[in-house]
Amino acid sequence: MSAHPKPTDAPRTPRFSTISDMEIAPLYGAEDLPPRDAIGRPGEFPYTRGPYPTMYRGRPWTMRQFAGFGTARDTNARFKFLLSQGQTGLSTAFDMPTLMGYDADHPRALGEVGREGTAVSTLDDMTELFAGIDLGAVTTSMTVNCSASVILAMYFAVAERQGVPMTALGGTIQNDMLKEFIAQKEWISPPEPSVRIIVDMIEFCTREAPRFHPVSISGYHIREAGSTAVQEVAFTLADGIGYVEAAVARGLNVDQFGPRLSFFFNLHNDFLEEVAKLRAARRLWARIMRDRFGATNPRALILRTHAQTAGCSLTAQQPLNNVVRVAIQALAGVLGGVQSLHTNSMDETLALPSEQAVMVALRTQQIIAEESGVTNTADPLGGSYAVEALTSRIEAEADEYIRQIDAMGGIVRAIELGFPQKEIAEAAYHFQRQLDRGEKVMVGVNKYQMGDEPPIDILRIDPELEERQAACVRAFKAARDEACAHARLDAVRSACRDGANLMPPLIAAVKDGVTLGEICDVYREEFGVYRDPAWL
Amino acid sequence: MPPARTLRILVAKPGLDGHDRGAKIIARALRDAGFEVIYTGLHQTPEMIAETAIQEDVDAIGLSILSGAHNTLFPAVLRLLREKGAGDVAIFGGGIVPPEDIARLKAEGVREIFTPGASTDDIVGWIRANIAPRGD
Repeated sequence: MSAHPKPTDAPRTPRFSTISDMEIAPLYGAEDLPPRDAIGRPGEFPYTRGPYPTMYRGRPWTMRQFAGFGTARDTNARFKFLLSQGQTGLSTAFDMPTLMGYDADHPRALGEVGREGTAVSTLDDMTELFAGIDLGAVTTSMTVNCSASVILAMYFAVAERQGVPMTALGGTIQNDMLKEFIAQKEWISPPEPSVRIIVDMIEFCTREAPRFHPVSISGYHIREAGSTAVQEVAFTLADGIGYVEAAVARGLNVDQFGPRLSFFFNLHNDFLEEVAKLRAARRLWARIMRDRFGATNPRALILRTHAQTAGCSLTAQQPLNNVVRVAIQALAGVLGGVQSLHTNSMDETLALPSEQAVMVALRTQQIIAEESGVTNTADPLGGSYAVEALTSRIEAEADEYIRQIDAMGGIVRAIELGFPQKEIAEAAYHFQRQLDRGEKVMVGVNKYQMGDEPPIDILRIDPELEERQAACVRAFKAARDEACAHARLDAVRSACRDGANLMPPLIAAVKDGVTLGEICDVYREEFGVYRDPAWL
Repeated sequence: MPPARTLRILVAKPGLDGHDRGAKIIARALRDAGFEVIYTGLHQTPEMIAETAIQEDVDAIGLSILSGAHNTLFPAVLRLLREKGAGDVAIFGGGIVPPEDIARLKAEGVREIFTPGASTDDIVGWIRANIAPRGD
């Protein structure tokens, strides 16, 4: 053997691995392909190659940019801007007090009103948020979880004011509490009552709002918290299993509510791993729904998903580089077969995105859809040795995690034991140490750094907004029929206690002036408050 | 000269958001670096953080804030510590904080703020160079 091997013979590093640290072989070949029926055809079981036969030839994905900041009026203006630029669906970001079930005038809201999203405490706020937008003509995604039942009640009430029937409403509310306990950590009550509220919403929407998706089972936040791609698939599908089990226990028919479940995945930097991850998740979910739950309706077997490029992959350093990262990530999503997509803006590590940055992000999707040519044929990467091998491997490893969770007694018990939380924290720490040692690269952060960088313009939130918003809440309460509001709140409390579906009394309550914070206070009183186990 | 006492550091997560990836990584890195680390868990009010700092007799508090509420939360913790006679507890932090806000917060008494991209080694090095055990 030569002491100086030819450059082509010598690997640059002894071990090649994905960003999730999954080892990658020098070459994949025909021997790495799974059986033909595991790949299948687009629109056919097990849906590895996509949920629909024609994929984007029929209809491109929904371009859905997440937006929300300041007051409902500010966000309404951003919505109208995005629709005017060719966006095809709305996606609403709420501020932290709204997400945690506090009105803008609550002491815990101090400093947080309108900062990470839009502030919604009352039906007036919600009405203003969608003013001039026909809810029968757009689909709306709402990213909200522990207070989702109240927000959905408000959405239905706004639609009623607009004269749009519930049966005509399309959209998605995130409403995935299990991943909150695992990853995003925004909660009110413990897991069991949280799941009960979600099943109420699945039951209500299946019956009354059949075009609405009452839960979006989300891996996005699991990945942002530092999980690997395999963990993202495993814990997301385990959460999905948890919801399906709870809904079946309620007596709901899996073939009826199954099509109402939707998913939300992350799109990280590692291109082939991400494409494979989406394909693996679809195949594994189809098998779970068929084999574990006995679903026979094809629409109940299909994993339909929204996806968002990875916020945690963006860098504050050299922020223009983020445009390139987002383009690669979005392309992975498209080649992975997503139904809806949000592309992050280049300035999102610094603040909420500016209008110009949002525009580039939306244009990135339009360039992929209308210039790149990848939408001309369904699943162009299907049959790639490397992609199929990674797909099979991610599916198998995720399935192994799900078996471990089953052995613990299911996902709620696993969460109580801290299992997914600890696995994710371990992966996050492992990746950080790899970065610190230079084993993994973030361009501009631990390699190719530059000295002083010129600052870029970022969106600033008016500090006086908070007091104005708090004053609006106080004025709203002062103007309502107090006795009626209290009676409506008591009806919500009764439903919490006797197990009746919460949605009808919630809709009645928000229409008669009960605020989001007041309803969430009832949840706190009736169901208790969950405390963070604070594992390290 | 006796060896210096091991530094006790409180890693705290104030505010309503649940972004604890950074806080947990830092807590673990500080512990691996040999410091005594206490982690508060999520959704802490400034009052809860100041109370824990005093009860646990810490030398420093690292606040992790990614919600944009830094201009409210850092000064609140500083003020409460001073009111409780623990103004010598060093406050540092990390999160998404614009440069002009960092300058203002430092003028108010925050010792250092680390922004996205800081390595755990940078933070450990800064603590070793800048934080000393509080006097008895």
